[in-house]
Amino acid sequence: MYNEKMRESMAKVEANREANAKMDPRRMTAEEKETLLATFHPDYIENQFTTLTVGPNKGEKVPLELCALLEANSRVKGLQIDLENPTYDVDVLIIGGGGAGSSAAIEAHEKGANVMIVTKLRIGDANTMMAEGGIQAADKPNDSPAIHYIDALGGGHFANKPELLYRLVTEAPDAIAWLNDLGVEFDKMPDGTMVTTHGGGTSRKRMHAAKDYSGAEIMRTLRDEVLNRDIPVVDFTSAIELILDDKGNAAGAVLMNMETGEIMVARAKTVIIATGGCGRLHYQGFPTSNHYGATADGLVLGYRAGAKLLYQDTLQYHPTGAAYPEQIFGALVTEKVRSLGAMLINVDGVPFMNPLETRDVSAASIIRECKERGKGVETPEGYGIWLDTPMIELKGGEGTIEKRIPAMMRMFGKYGIDIRKEPILIYPTLHYQNGGLEIKADNETCIPGLYVAGEAVGGIHGRNRLMGNSLLDIIVFGRSAGKNAADKAKDVVLGKLTLDHVEKFAKEMEDAGIKTDVVSPKLLPDYTRKV
Amino acid sequence: MEQTVNIFLYGKKYAVPSNLTIMAAMEYAGYQLTRGCGCRNGFCGACATIYRIKGDTELKVCLACQTKVEENMYIATLPFFPLVKQVYDIQKIGPTEQIMMQLYPEIYSCIGCNACTKACTQSLNVMQYIAYAQRGEYEKCAEESFDCVMCGVCSSRCPAGISHPQVAMLARRLNGKYLAPECGHLKDRVKEINDGTFQELMEALMQKPLTELKELYNNREIEK
Repeated sequence: MYNEKMRESMAKVEANREANAKMDPRRMTAEEKETLLATFHPDYIENQFTTLTVGPNKGEKVPLELCALLEANSRVKGLQIDLENPTYDVDVLIIGGGGAGSSAAIEAHEKGANVMIVTKLRIGDANTMMAEGGIQAADKPNDSPAIHYIDALGGGHFANKPELLYRLVTEAPDAIAWLNDLGVEFDKMPDGTMVTTHGGGTSRKRMHAAKDYSGAEIMRTLRDEVLNRDIPVVDFTSAIELILDDKGNAAGAVLMNMETGEIMVARAKTVIIATGGCGRLHYQGFPTSNHYGATADGLVLGYRAGAKLLYQDTLQYHPTGAAYPEQIFGALVTEKVRSLGAMLINVDGVPFMNPLETRDVSAASIIRECKERGKGVETPEGYGIWLDTPMIELKGGEGTIEKRIPAMMRMFGKYGIDIRKEPILIYPTLHYQNGGLEIKADNETCIPGLYVAGEAVGGIHGRNRLMGNSLLDIIVFGRSAGKNAADKAKDVVLGKLTLDHVEKFAKEMEDAGIKTDVVSPKLLPDYTRKV
Repeated sequence: MEQTVNIFLYGKKYAVPSNLTIMAAMEYAGYQLTRGCGCRNGFCGACATIYRIKGDTELKVCLACQTKVEENMYIATLPFFPLVKQVYDIQKIGPTEQIMMQLYPEIYSCIGCNACTKACTQSLNVMQYIAYAQRGEYEKCAEESFDCVMCGVCSSRCPAGISHPQVAMLARRLNGKYLAPECGHLKDRVKEINDGTFQELMEALMQKPLTELKELYNNREIEK
């Protein structure tokens, strides 16, 4: 599968493997990391950002691609929409059918609420399904929520909102217990002890996993539970605008059938945005590890209705996206590969960094190795760095790869690469939206009755998220969003439904002199060839 | 000029670059996908696809996002298959042999044709995990079926009308909840948190000034 030049470089990786495996490259100092990030991390490339001219975050920095969608035309523009006769009338409307939305639905249902999920693809078509490596929780005797807190805070560059991070770490063990009780299969020892590993930037081994299908195992179980509870799931239906009432409370959403284009109205006493991330916007031209629908829809819906964004200018580039073969360019190679002992090796067969630095630092370091130092391996799409997977078998014994990362073995195996015997080529890929809509500790935004959960939230992870804290946050904050939205719905008496905020936003754009043909939310990327 | 191959999407011929996956080839041909496309990465099972190479008698199956096009490939996607999903309360059922009999009795009509296994896009031994389910061996069924992405191709080929992915789903939940060993340290930690054991420590930590927090982070002891 590899070409001749790659094979030459690979021979050096093989020759050095035993010696490399004994090395433990030192971690960078705080100063070294700062300089590295400022020089090589994509978040620091000034001309890839602009300033918002309208809306709640007016005057703040935002990626070009997101700005184009935030400052765009509404899909309801020019439509006659009958808000008085809704197709659906529920207590809690959940927009998004991933891990956060499904957790929220289960808990809202548990509280007795009349809850409904709308999702533009199928329930489970979400980044949750693709999370491979694991989920963090400080549940071992040598660990504590306080240590988890410090790890995540430092990894997030001390920008995490303390009240959100507190909840993330203190509710983590209960989240694992809840999942386990629903029947999620975690990797365990025969005595029940969880098999846990490190992630980049963790100081304790607290990564719980279900092989390298961790997210898939969680997602399919949550989906099964939603279906068992007979919670209505309206699939292939997107939310294209939020509806407020005349008192400014969230009151539902305008929906669109993705296949027929039919427009419908859902009225709801409370609304939860659980729409996930943005990888399919391909910031700065990066490939992405995200699912097909990751187009930041929830951010657009919330922003137009008046909800604030937080850290919208910080993205996570996963250090190890597949760089080769081209058919899987940008696909996620789980961090667990490094947790299990594989090192990052340059074209000369030399390890150039500790493989378990945080994701932003690792990504920047890989970019530097290729761009500045010229030590990358040439690929059809650019460069790659070796991730020395056979080292896992060397360190953990034969069979470790098949047992612990079967999905990776299968993904490369389909293209004739046996990762037990040959290393793989990786390069950073757009992976996660660190920022999102700002919420209080109870998941509510500044708009009464509008809640957010999952990747659409900003602030939990500061400016960089650690591995395994996202699967965790969708459960912790998904559950609480469901509970809190259900509780609140009991006391809500809706006023008259309105889309005035949409017009107001359009007026603000007009006044600011913004002229655009872009329509948002984007809903799906367009990969069709234009001829 | 890049190398091209001829493929047939639902019978219609298109010339596409030979290095594309089936999914990318459909988009190259001009299809804007809504159905049959999810994670694009082999995890979600949305893009189950059936194909035949011209001249072959064998029908092959795959995930469109994980498979390269070939010359004279006749392609039909299977974006949805009506699986039977029985509803149950996981808190009220148990890992008994009867539960399968009750919820998915059709598994006992398996005629052993092995069409399911041959059809699996993940190369799983589907017939074997159904056999485990028949015998109430849920731990084995869970392990054997673990990599299932629930695309449904197995069920589309089954003469007995079995919904294999749903059977396996039930087995995995039974195994995860009831059969796998209970985790003591998890139970202990949840209790400690509920008892407020870490409350004071957390509050003290959160009140520390930034310089001190940075100090703590930069001098962490990292478990080997």
